[in-house]
Amino acid sequence: MSRKLLDLWVGFFVLLGFASLLFLALRVGNLSSANFAETYQLTAKFDNIGGLKVRGPVKSAGVVVGRVTEIRFDPESYEAVTTLTIDSRYRFPKDTFASILTAGLLGEQYIGLDAGGDEKMFKSGDVVAKTQSAVVLEKLISQFMFNKASEGPDKK
Amino acid sequence: MVEKSVSSVIELIRTVGHHLNDGLQRLGFAARFFVMVLVYSGQSFRRLHLTIREIYFSGFQSLLIILVSGLFIGMVLGMQGYETLQRYGSSEALGVLVALSLTRELGPVVAALLFASRAGSAITAEIGLMKATEQLTAMDMMAVNPIARVVAPKFWGGVISMPLLAALFSAIGVFGGYLVGVVLIGVDEGAFWSQMQGSVDFRYDVWNGVVKSFVFGVAVSLIAVFEGYDAVPTAEGVSGSIKRTVVYSALAILALDFVLTSFMFRGL
Repeated sequence: MSRKLLDLWVGFFVLLGFASLLFLALRVGNLSSANFAETYQLTAKFDNIGGLKVRGPVKSAGVVVGRVTEIRFDPESYEAVTTLTIDSRYRFPKDTFASILTAGLLGEQYIGLDAGGDEKMFKSGDVVAKTQSAVVLEKLISQFMFNKASEGPDKK
Repeated sequence: MVEKSVSSVIELIRTVGHHLNDGLQRLGFAARFFVMVLVYSGQSFRRLHLTIREIYFSGFQSLLIILVSGLFIGMVLGMQGYETLQRYGSSEALGVLVALSLTRELGPVVAALLFASRAGSAITAEIGLMKATEQLTAMDMMAVNPIARVVAPKFWGGVISMPLLAALFSAIGVFGGYLVGVVLIGVDEGAFWSQMQGSVDFRYDVWNGVVKSFVFGVAVSLIAVFEGYDAVPTAEGVSGSIKRTVVYSALAILALDFVLTSFMFRGL
């Protein structure tokens, strides 16, 4: 086999390999959407984060505006401290409400931001004051059961 | 009577020790051989056409088997995944299942197994036969180092080809899953791709798969060139070496996969 033909086929093979890697990165993976160009960080404290994971989405009005980049436990206030990295194209008012929501009935959990009406906007490093914890199914069920039990005798 | 049984016990212990010593000696020889290959691999980059030739033989010629098996594995994953997921009413997650299982595990592992049996055995056969027909000795006589001229280019050809083949395997597998899931069964196309992109992280999933396939490439190529170089220079010896290449490669791939997985994907 001539040298030129050999080089051609090997070049074809290597380019095909890199093209498939590119396909995996852009079409299969989230390289194109995960890295926001410029970001700023917010901190939010929750009593209970449920099943929230690092790299989980932060959504506002259903649109992904950022990601959860860190979750740690504060041993003094016994709260979960989450760090949110938000795309700097999106600014949120100071009285924005952060709540942990679930996508679908058993889907992944994400942080939802509901914008308030404040004039001042969040700066990098600010703390989201108004938060709502995840709904824990067991607590919900036990609350329901207690309510039922207390109603019980009246019905008879 | 007692003396006889004692001597047979001693014989048994000696056999165990003999096999262990043999194995350790071969392992040590393989480690020294690996260092030799690395030391003499300068030439395989200075005279790049030697390595390009080997990429052609072990990489390009493995394309067909890699692409066809990748396509079919992706299609089977799509079918079986749908079968299970639709019981829980979450058939939209099919894309996630196909993409994650391919990029993390099946792509690197199955591509490496195929590579070992398609290209690894060929490398062993070639080097073993060169040794049996005393071509390696002849090179040495002509002051051409056979490790630099024959072994190192084959090693690097395998190491370079393996990650590319694994990436091709995963990509065509995802396409196979798409064919069965979306085109044939009718899972929603938007959900298939968007959920996939939502859960597959480039650095965590795709890149770890590439690292895995690189490690497998080093292991398979090293086993293949070592078994060829270490072959007993007879027809029987070469056939035994080829057999050992396939068996050891498969064992090494699966064991390394467990070790790498436990380091890469520990929780979180």
